[in-house]
Amino acid sequence: MSEAQLLVGPFNRVEGDLEIRLDVEAGLVRAAYVNSPLFRGFERMLVGKAAMDALTITPRICGICSISQSAAAARALAQAAGVMPAPEGEKVAALLHAVENQADHMTHFNLFFMPDFARPDYAGRDWHDRTVARFTAMKGSALHAAMEARARLLHIVGLLGGKWPHTMAIQPGGVTRAPSLRDKLRMQASLRAFRAYLEAEMFGAPLEDFIALDGIAAMEAWQTGDVGLFLEIADELDLAGMGRGAGRYLSYGAYPTAAGPVFARGIWTGDTAGVFDPALIREDLSHAWMLGEAAHPEAGQTLPDEAMRDPGYSWCKAPRLDGLGYETGALARQVVDGQALARALAREGGVRARIVGRLLEIARTQVVMEEMLAAIDPAERFMAEWSPPRDGVGEGLVEAARGALGHWCKIENGRIASWQIIAPTTWNFSPRDAGGVPGPLEAALVGAEVQPGEDTPIAVQHIVRSFDPCMVCTVH
Amino acid sequence: MNILWLQSGGCGGCTMSLLCAEDPNVLALLDGAGLEFLWHPTLSEATGAPVRAMLNDIREGRQALDILCVEGSILRGPNGTGRYHMLAGTGRSMLDWLRDLAPRAAHVVAVGTCATYGGVTSAGENPADAVGVQYDGALPGGALLADFRSRGGLPVINVAGCPTHPDWVTETLLMLAAGEMRDDMLDGYARPRFYADHLVHHACPKNEFYEYKASATHLSEMGCMMEHLGCVGTQAVGDCNIRGWNGEGSCTRAGYPCINCTAPEFEEPGHGFAETPKFAGIPVGLPSDMPKAWFMALASLSKAATPPRIARNAVADRITVPPSLKKPKP
Repeated sequence: MSEAQLLVGPFNRVEGDLEIRLDVEAGLVRAAYVNSPLFRGFERMLVGKAAMDALTITPRICGICSISQSAAAARALAQAAGVMPAPEGEKVAALLHAVENQADHMTHFNLFFMPDFARPDYAGRDWHDRTVARFTAMKGSALHAAMEARARLLHIVGLLGGKWPHTMAIQPGGVTRAPSLRDKLRMQASLRAFRAYLEAEMFGAPLEDFIALDGIAAMEAWQTGDVGLFLEIADELDLAGMGRGAGRYLSYGAYPTAAGPVFARGIWTGDTAGVFDPALIREDLSHAWMLGEAAHPEAGQTLPDEAMRDPGYSWCKAPRLDGLGYETGALARQVVDGQALARALAREGGVRARIVGRLLEIARTQVVMEEMLAAIDPAERFMAEWSPPRDGVGEGLVEAARGALGHWCKIENGRIASWQIIAPTTWNFSPRDAGGVPGPLEAALVGAEVQPGEDTPIAVQHIVRSFDPCMVCTVH
Repeated sequence: MNILWLQSGGCGGCTMSLLCAEDPNVLALLDGAGLEFLWHPTLSEATGAPVRAMLNDIREGRQALDILCVEGSILRGPNGTGRYHMLAGTGRSMLDWLRDLAPRAAHVVAVGTCATYGGVTSAGENPADAVGVQYDGALPGGALLADFRSRGGLPVINVAGCPTHPDWVTETLLMLAAGEMRDDMLDGYARPRFYADHLVHHACPKNEFYEYKASATHLSEMGCMMEHLGCVGTQAVGDCNIRGWNGEGSCTRAGYPCINCTAPEFEEPGHGFAETPKFAGIPVGLPSDMPKAWFMALASLSKAATPPRIARNAVADRITVPPSLKKPKP
């Protein structure tokens, strides 16, 4: 039996920097160790600053989930201040957030994930020539179409939020710009154009047809658009069986409305739905280059171990819910929400399931955005009266494109006494915990094939990218 | 010309913004100008071993490098080791990589305010000891020395902004590709003057409110945000309101203040980002090149002359009083 260790990095087409150490035995990954090699220390920067500074600083944790960070911070501050946002402002904030999530999802599929199948490694496959034409990195026609559609979709953020990324439009009391009827009609035109792109290029059919798929057999019969091409590839390469997770999913619930989140909050384990209790979160530090003890984020600290001592191997903390790791992201959100196809894919839980979960969410989010925009009444006020918090604690739980994002703040005398953040990829790419239990990606990589001579195994790349990691958020 | 793009201690938002380039999209634009990425972390096919080989080839002079773009600040911590950012797979810090690769490049471009001056990554206690590529805040000398010049003879070109406008980056690259970038086309902080000679104030839709100092008192109101809400658009460089962001957007168009994100040390204004520091009720910061006495005199005069339409609209979240129409001639 041959044994080897591989160090994979720099790992591109993920957001931020990522390094993975693999123990390989007999052509299979026996163990994986995921390192987030960048520490900037946002949680430390914030301490001592005026509470409202968080709205400028936290979006800049991440250039791809910037509005998610902004929404989480605004919600945490609103709770600390005892403020309710103006209902119409909350709708605009949700629309801004949905546009970002949608842009991120389609960026992932077209620019980050699919180009791997255009590699020469797959030359000779039935689908390879078509994939080369559509998805060759930087050149493929699908990439160009996606970038142009994305740029036009983000005009909605330009209009409501001034620019993307890094808007200050979302505030505890609502949003800073009251859209007019003209603005609303203009944004509806943008959304119609984006639907036309999705239906012509990505899905090759009405989105409602994809949303209506009720199981794996129906899904496997889908042939149109780039989605059809992906499913054909997935079938031949058995992406269904590749990179399977533990089947535990977490969602904080996406897009608040008076009637609750548009996509539900909760957990899903095996075949069972459960209630999500944020009090049960702990961040384990045993294998992170962090000092201190495991703690709930309300009591958490960020004390980097400058000596980078063993057994630490990442700047990433290891969040656990009631002692267990959870997978979070589009698939988790759709599973928790009860979408039929997602539930059918929950047990499969591999590369194919994660990608289809994201595609499902693209189709559903388009419909959600259309409904959100239709429900905005330009005659209403978009900002409530509010004052910044003097003393209080706040929890801001939102769903970024990549999954559950939480901010926990403590404000004393108008200043930030503590601000702790757990990002989606902190959950998904966490290192081992005190029990030696690997994080979700680390577990999903076990058993991945390593072909003879491969130093950057292609199967490992598919599995890693199927999570759509955001490494800049992970450690922050 | 080829481009190597590295992401260091930043958020990746300048790349995300770059992908918003329109007419044509960024890939088509660069391709058309004969610019190609040797490697870009968001866009390229290659991962891992081939990338390490390429970096070594550049370092050892086997691969020519025309343009090195650096996005994100350079982390010197902890204790000067740079180990808060080890470039994945290489066992070396980004600090070391930058110092090896920059002298090989014909041009070095720092993209975004983290890469130019340290930016938000250096905020607060600056936990990671972040600096810009050639500046530490407003002071020359960052990860590279103050007297560094790339092979082409220019200092590090500082395309500042948080994030950068996509066109600021593409047009800088187009100028380099055309061989037209010269020392005198950079301002005192090495920012390309094609956008840094403008102020955010130029073409701000709140200009009429500014003329009368008709001020918004709360975010979401339409008035000028200079007096109460921290806006420094009259001092901040950038053509944000001239060219627009993501279609027709800009910070002030969306109803929140310009926070001077193209400037060194914008991340530590010394007051709330949406609050105007005042002395005896008068804003401390003056519009660029405006003598204080004239500003005070004109402000008090124009405030007194504010038409009711402008005064009322300034504190409303939408236009409540439209401009009067001239009566038709009899």
